[in-house]
Amino acid sequence: MSIDIDTAARVAKLARIKVEPEALPALAAEFNAILGFIEQLGELDVDNVEPMTSVTPMALPRRADVVTDGNQQAKVLANAPDAREGFFAVPKVVE
Amino acid sequence: MLDLPLTTPKPKVIAGAKQDWELVIGMEVHAQVASNAKLFSGASTKFGAEPNSNVAFVDAGMPGMLPVINDFCVEQAVRTGLGLNAEIHLTSAFDRKNYFYPDLPQGYQISQLYHPIVGEGEVLVELGDGTARIVRIERIHLEQDAGKSIHDMDPAMSFVDLNRTGVALMEIVSRPDIRGPEEAAAYVVKLRQIMQYLGTCDGNMQNGNLRADVNVSVCSPGQYEKYQATQDFAHLGTRCEIKNMNSMRFIQAAIEVEARRQIAIIEGGGTVTQETRLYDPDRNETRSMRSKEEAHDYRYFPDPDLLPLVIERAYVEGIAANLPELPDAKKARFINDFGLSDYDASVLTADTASAAYFEAVAATTDGKLAANWVLNELFGRLKKDEADITASPMSPTQLAGIIALIKSGDISGKIAKDLFEIVYTEGGDPAQIVAARGMKQVTDTGAIEAAVDAIIAANPAQVEKARQNPKLAGWFVGQVMKATGGKANPAAVNQIVAAKLAL
Repeated sequence: MSIDIDTAARVAKLARIKVEPEALPALAAEFNAILGFIEQLGELDVDNVEPMTSVTPMALPRRADVVTDGNQQAKVLANAPDAREGFFAVPKVVE
Repeated sequence: MLDLPLTTPKPKVIAGAKQDWELVIGMEVHAQVASNAKLFSGASTKFGAEPNSNVAFVDAGMPGMLPVINDFCVEQAVRTGLGLNAEIHLTSAFDRKNYFYPDLPQGYQISQLYHPIVGEGEVLVELGDGTARIVRIERIHLEQDAGKSIHDMDPAMSFVDLNRTGVALMEIVSRPDIRGPEEAAAYVVKLRQIMQYLGTCDGNMQNGNLRADVNVSVCSPGQYEKYQATQDFAHLGTRCEIKNMNSMRFIQAAIEVEARRQIAIIEGGGTVTQETRLYDPDRNETRSMRSKEEAHDYRYFPDPDLLPLVIERAYVEGIAANLPELPDAKKARFINDFGLSDYDASVLTADTASAAYFEAVAATTDGKLAANWVLNELFGRLKKDEADITASPMSPTQLAGIIALIKSGDISGKIAKDLFEIVYTEGGDPAQIVAARGMKQVTDTGAIEAAVDAIIAANPAQVEKARQNPKLAGWFVGQVMKATGGKANPAAVNQIVAAKLAL
């Protein structure tokens, strides 16, 4: 897989990271280097091998359906650049 | 499922300027799991709380917070799957669907794209006219809901409430087996009914606990059959997805208006572009959600915070063993055991509360009479009060008592309606009320004969007229009923009047 400059720009946009146009060629080259490194894994035959999701055998921890959290409006809003009447206030987004 | 051969409904056909067009519809229904806490946090799911008060740091997307899955939500997804005769996947997994929006603080939604917990199932969708269709379910997966953005509180700002963020949803995805707006609504009604029976989703559309995305396309007659024979989508038209509708009326209107829009494009020589659209009920039109299109690259990948969800066969069997009787089975039983009509059985099984009420009444009386009194008198009276069956001031035992008095001949049908009103408004034991207020039907023919004699004696002119025109006998019956305060047995009065007038 090869990442061109347009793809690098698109990935940056989707990630909401501002990248100056002159920085895009270097970014695309870095992507390609990383992907090339990862693609070495393609040389392995992993047919009939279950994906390993955990180093030690573990089950997904589960929780009972009990309310144990919440009621901390002030804390939730503490880092918000703007909050009004208990809401986060953000620049208008309308469909 | 019922073993009856189905008469399938005809697809909706819209006549274009050039040819007829058929509709093809698939739906994604988002059903909120009826849980106390959220899918991955311990915050409450209660509707209508202070903004941002039902929020854990996990929901707010704070760094370092880890999701822990709610056991009950897993169970409800399995229950719903079993209720839709679906395959349950013992191993499923969670993926991240990445996009930016102010009401999604994590920057991704945790969903199940690659390995959903529930696979293929089916649901029987009945239309009012006796036709029915089996709609195939493709999958059900668990996912997080997003928060709520409010756009009309400030001219320059949107306000965001994260109370709904992270609440568990079951997304139920159908195959494109739905062929018209009415069928689409009937499908959602049926899903809601099944989930209410199962107790997995309360189905409250007004609060947004049940919402539907609708995929609509149009095709020439004959094309759909080719799709069904081959399962090849190439035979169908390009679809558009109408997002997030929370009313049966809007679902139907949106499908109709979207189909007409597509037909106009195709007949005008254009091509339909696959896209996400929004229905505007005020203008009755759909329009493109361009912002969604731009972000359509969701870059799904397995969520590294969550191990695969593995459940045991025995766990699933345990849930299956405790499923309640479902709507199709209950309806069939009401028809077979109580001799109800298809329609009456449908209405009585529409929700569990109505069905339970009816069964409690029918347990001690005649099933058909019980159905008539519940459907006509009780539902009618409740409607007048804008009350729900669960708020009925009359208990099943009281209604059964009234019906028993009719069956035993103690009261006439007319008096029964008066008695119904008394019991409904004042309460009390029907039999005691009848005894205390002297409402018992007079079946003593001697007493009725005396009343008839008195009226004949007092109205010689009417007697003469009635002999010429026997239809006027009804006037005498009316007078006797009046004289006896409505308590005379109407059949006996009719007979005696006819005999005395020598008709």
